[in-house]
Amino acid sequence: MTSLTLVRRIKARPQVVFDAVTTAEGIAQWWGPDAGPVLVAEVDPRVGGRYRVRFRMLDTTEHESSGEFLEIVRPERIVMTWRWKGGVEDPGESRVEMTLKAVPEGTELTFIHSQLHDEETCRSHEEGWTGSLDKLESHFAAVTVAC
Amino acid sequence: MVNYQQRLDRTFMAVVDPTRRAILAQLERRDGASISELAKPFSIRLPAVMKHLDVLADAGLVTRSKSGRTVTVRLRPQPMREAMEWLRRYERFWSSSLDRLTAYAESKEAAARRKGR
Repeated sequence: MTSLTLVRRIKARPQVVFDAVTTAEGIAQWWGPDAGPVLVAEVDPRVGGRYRVRFRMLDTTEHESSGEFLEIVRPERIVMTWRWKGGVEDPGESRVEMTLKAVPEGTELTFIHSQLHDEETCRSHEEGWTGSLDKLESHFAAVTVAC
Repeated sequence: MVNYQQRLDRTFMAVVDPTRRAILAQLERRDGASISELAKPFSIRLPAVMKHLDVLADAGLVTRSKSGRTVTVRLRPQPMREAMEWLRRYERFWSSSLDRLTAYAESKEAAARRKGR
C-alpha cells in the first residue's frame, strides 16, 4: 500500500498546532493546496466524531473530503479516515495520522497519509507488500509502499 | 478498457515486489536487455524471471520484442509516471497545506506570547 510522509518543525507549542488542526476556525486558515478559500469546515474532534471540509481552489474547482476521528489525544495525536466526496480517481477510504512531538523550538509534526491504495489489492497480493518504492529514487523520494 | 484506478492498481502491484523493482532499475540504466542478462544478478531461475516480466508487461511497464532467438526487454516508463503524478498530487496538497498550517500556528503562538507579556 501506498503512503506519504511529511515532517514539519513548527515554532509553536503542540497545543497551538493541535487546535489549528481540530477547530473549524483553525482549519479554515490552512486547509487546501493553494490560497483558495475554505468554504465549509465542520469538525467534531472526539473518537467517533466526524469532520467535513470543502475548499475552492484558485482554478475555481471545489473539493470536499470527510471522515471520522479514530484517535484523538490532545495535544499529541490525531488519526482520522479520509475520503474525497465524489472522487472518481480515488474512490476508497484512506487514513491520515498526525503526531505532534514537543521539541525545544516548538513542535515536530509527523504527518502520514496512508492506505492510499486499495486494501483488497493489498490482501490478494500473494507475495506480500513488503517493499519500498523509494529504491526507485530517480522517480520519487517521499513515498513508500508497504503493507 | 482499463480505467485509471485499475491502471494505478496494476502499477503499484507490479512495483511492490523487490525483484521486479530491481529488474526495472536495471532497465533504467540501459536501453534494453535480454532476459538472461536480466536474470544474472538474481539467484532465481529463468522461468521465475519470465513470470516477473509477465507481471511487468501486463502493467505496461516493460515491452518485449523478439528478434531471432533473443527477446529484448525495454522499460516503458509511462505507467510509472502516471502513478507518480497521482502521488505527487497528494504530496502537493499536503505539502502546501502543512506550510500554511505552520505559518498559521506560528502566528497564533506569537500572538499568544505578546498577550502573555
